[in-house]
Amino acid sequence: MTLKKYLTITEVVGPLILVEDVEGIKYEELAEIELPSGKKQLGRVLEVNGDKALVQSFGSTTGVSVEGSSVRFLGRGIELGVSPDLLGRIFDGMGRPIDNGPPVIAEQRLNINGQAINPYARDYPSEFIQTGFSAIDGLNTLVRGQKLPIFSASGLPHSRIAAQIARQSRVPESQEKFAVVFGAMGITFEEAHFFITDFQKTGAIERAVLFVNLANDPAIERIATPRLALTAAEYLAFELDMHVLVILTDMTNYCEALREVSAARKEIPGRRGYPGYLYTDLSTIYERAGRIRGKKGSITQIPILTMPEDDKTHPIPDLTGYITEGQIIISRSMHRKGIYPPIDVLPSLSRLRDKGIGEGRTREDHPNWANQIFASYARGKEAQELSTILGEAALSELDKKFLSFAERFENEFVRQDEYEDRSIKDTLSIGWDLLTELPRTELKRIKYELIDKYLPRKDENVSPGKDRVSNREETD
Amino acid sequence: MNEITGKIVRVSGPLVVAEGMNKARMFDVVHVGDLNLIGEIIELRNDRASIQVYEDTAGIGPGEKVVSTNHPLNVELGPGLIGSIFDGIQRPLDKLMLETGNLINRGVAIPPLDREKKWDFQASLRIGDRVSEGDILGTVQETTLVNHKIMTPAGCEGEVVDIKSDSFTLEEIIARIKNTQGKISEVRMLQNWPVRKSRPYQKRLAPRELLSTGQRVIDTFFPVSKGGTASIPGPFGSGKTVVQHQLAKWADAEIVVYIGCGERGNEMTDVLLEFPELKDPKSGEPLMKRTVLVANTSNMPVAAREASIFTGITIAEYYRDMGYNVAVMADSTSRWAEALREISGRLEEMPGEEGYPAYLPSKLADFYERAGRVVCLGKDNREGTATIIGAVSPPGGDLSDPVVQATLKVVKVYWGLDSKLAYRRHFPAINWLISYSLYLDAMRDYFNEVTGMDWIALRNKAMQILEKEAELEEIVRLVGRDTLSPHDQMILESAKSIREDFLHQIAFDEIDTYSSFKKQQKLLTLILEAHDLFMKALERGSELENLVSHPVREKIARAKYALEENLDDIDAILNDFKEEVGTS
Repeated sequence: MTLKKYLTITEVVGPLILVEDVEGIKYEELAEIELPSGKKQLGRVLEVNGDKALVQSFGSTTGVSVEGSSVRFLGRGIELGVSPDLLGRIFDGMGRPIDNGPPVIAEQRLNINGQAINPYARDYPSEFIQTGFSAIDGLNTLVRGQKLPIFSASGLPHSRIAAQIARQSRVPESQEKFAVVFGAMGITFEEAHFFITDFQKTGAIERAVLFVNLANDPAIERIATPRLALTAAEYLAFELDMHVLVILTDMTNYCEALREVSAARKEIPGRRGYPGYLYTDLSTIYERAGRIRGKKGSITQIPILTMPEDDKTHPIPDLTGYITEGQIIISRSMHRKGIYPPIDVLPSLSRLRDKGIGEGRTREDHPNWANQIFASYARGKEAQELSTILGEAALSELDKKFLSFAERFENEFVRQDEYEDRSIKDTLSIGWDLLTELPRTELKRIKYELIDKYLPRKDENVSPGKDRVSNREETD
Repeated sequence: MNEITGKIVRVSGPLVVAEGMNKARMFDVVHVGDLNLIGEIIELRNDRASIQVYEDTAGIGPGEKVVSTNHPLNVELGPGLIGSIFDGIQRPLDKLMLETGNLINRGVAIPPLDREKKWDFQASLRIGDRVSEGDILGTVQETTLVNHKIMTPAGCEGEVVDIKSDSFTLEEIIARIKNTQGKISEVRMLQNWPVRKSRPYQKRLAPRELLSTGQRVIDTFFPVSKGGTASIPGPFGSGKTVVQHQLAKWADAEIVVYIGCGERGNEMTDVLLEFPELKDPKSGEPLMKRTVLVANTSNMPVAAREASIFTGITIAEYYRDMGYNVAVMADSTSRWAEALREISGRLEEMPGEEGYPAYLPSKLADFYERAGRVVCLGKDNREGTATIIGAVSPPGGDLSDPVVQATLKVVKVYWGLDSKLAYRRHFPAINWLISYSLYLDAMRDYFNEVTGMDWIALRNKAMQILEKEAELEEIVRLVGRDTLSPHDQMILESAKSIREDFLHQIAFDEIDTYSSFKKQQKLLTLILEAHDLFMKALERGSELENLVSHPVREKIARAKYALEENLDDIDAILNDFKEEVGTS
């Protein structure tokens, strides 16, 4: 089929191209723009009004001219060709291979915008994923099918944490097929290189698909990148029955690209110049995580975003937090103290934690234990604040115990090595051990039976986790 | 009837403009494009109609046709609503899945209510009886919990000339009514109602009774009445949705309508999976048997999100009209306002604050004012209530947000969620210092009747201790705790007890998730009487430290885990303590 070639470009503003005298154009249709140099690039229809079509170019509009350039409308949306051969491949932000490999021979072509999952067809995520991080597994537990973003800021080690999660994540005692889809938007070459070499080093690359839009690639391309990544993920999860972990970094760059388009269209801006539909737009990315009834696979999303000026109320982290099921917050002050991973557990949250832990999932004491650790650490932090103002002498005996709990918590529980993969049992034991710092009467959030069963005796140097039954009588 | 057909000239996101629509009416529903998408006319200029489309408009273009249905956006009302899950324009999501698979496809028309299913209709009237609007013709046992009353439809009046008890489908005629002019109307169980119009009633009454929710901080400190309005603003992660779910679970309403408006898909799944398992504390039946779900998640089309809260409240009013207490949860009205903003922006309207349209406050008021306690239409003068509880998600938790401010103008109860409390894992993270309920006075008599004591006074005493704590904390932060008098330190201890042993409530704990009002009364009495006894002991010269470490305090801390059938255990703690103090 030959498609009409329109030579009727009348305006080029930023990434937008206005084409006139068109007919039969559909909203969201894919367009191919041919520059006078012969170079071709893709765009999509943002609005049709009578015989005018507004096209957003995915490449830079450098070199596009009013006369001499042409546009063809392809009659379909943007698609990604998928097949099992996607695994192990690296693509650019628009889905073109950049690993010198052959093009992927597509089994199917899927529209990258996807479709909303019927809420009735969803299955509730409840399978515990062990990431090997105590701060996550113990207190902000990740489950299969969850979307749990990392809120970070420039200069913090979010990439190392994400790579470690990708490396270590597994469901204990399961042998299911696992894959990683990595979508990079506007990250630096070094960051991309770090992920690629880390995946290669650990062999994870065999079961990974990477879509990489670098900082110097066209910014507008980034609008397509996460959608390509998620289309690949959906194919792997719901057609090939794999458990897919999707890492998207950096969502802040994505939102900035969106703002650029919005500004070029002269739309009425919402907060900080971001478009009013930012929430809806982000939800069409984040909501593509989850499980579907009757399907074996799942999509777990870990989007990473850098908070401008470390400000959590900035529209990007704010709207993200309203859509995702919790957040892991990387703290600059913990990082300064030299703690890796610098996860600030108090403002961090996993909304699905309570569905993924407890008897039959992790261990019966886990829910109570986690509440107690949180409350105690919060109290310890308050004592810490108090002591910085008034000096430690002003603290009551009890507050001093909480203070020491908080310090040990950061150094023994949160802190761990970049290659240390802690089992959930170890995580729980470390926590119980810390709780011995506190008087038993302060453990209000734990049921008596569980305290009796799991709290190690303080004065005895028994490593936690062993011989609890024999300890029990003595403790009583 | 002439079909009104126009042609699309412009497509911009959810907004479509069509020409040739000069006969079309405002707010009529239209079918858009070759895919037959559903839309609603929201603006008319000469022969051009602006249409908000309830489905994704990708692939739609100029030249395609638009056909008006000549009626406004309706909901279907009748048996079969309970236990269903609908999208924002009342498409049944369960049937949609069977028809089109796991993803939501476009242009699919499935009737909201099952047309095949037969219901056992029990006539309450006989031939020859005279009826007018709202009179109950008969009943259908919709679920084990809900006796669905079939009411005489609006505009229908006269003598019943035909009615019988039998098994009927929704579209079969159950009764015929002849009016004074001799015209006969046929009545079916299936009725329609436009979503943007509130259903009529005889008169509105002032609220009186407590809507018990089983949540201590709400029922005791900031109660909402049956027929009242409440809002829960809070930043993300402060537990809005958990509170909404808790209310949907434990509110003592006969019917619950839960509207998931622009929120997470998994949250609706959670309700769908959990509610059939949970048991209603009164009847022991699954909670799903009294629940209607309206789900338009964040990634579903924006315009349908705007419609969803009206769909929900119309269903609620219908059950209210049967004489039931209905509770409506809308999570979140901010997402609804954003949908309004998006459409308004595309219409190129002059924006008000933060880009929201200038009519945001009046639209919000339209919604909340549909709550209330009313005398329903019908000769039996039955009373029904609809309570609305709306969550608000202000950007960055900033309460100067236009949606929060517009909401606070119309609601009577404010549960302010606080992220600091949430970080300390104090849940529900309702900040007692900023929250309020304007129903306390209106419900004073009711509380006195139910508790047999001056309940408001007791509640106020607890509030005073908490307020005193906030003052003292300021001092402690400056000069340390030791400088406080033992008297003040004891107040801090009691305040802590109120916070930790009463206000703090774990939604995920089997026992703690629900506290009956009786239990709340006993718990608060225990804590406050113990406080008085400690204060007296202090005056008599007891050492503060001995009092603080007194074993009864740990018993108080555990009292909230007393089972509902053993509430006397709570009294026993107090009596034992009184005896001990009396003898020592």
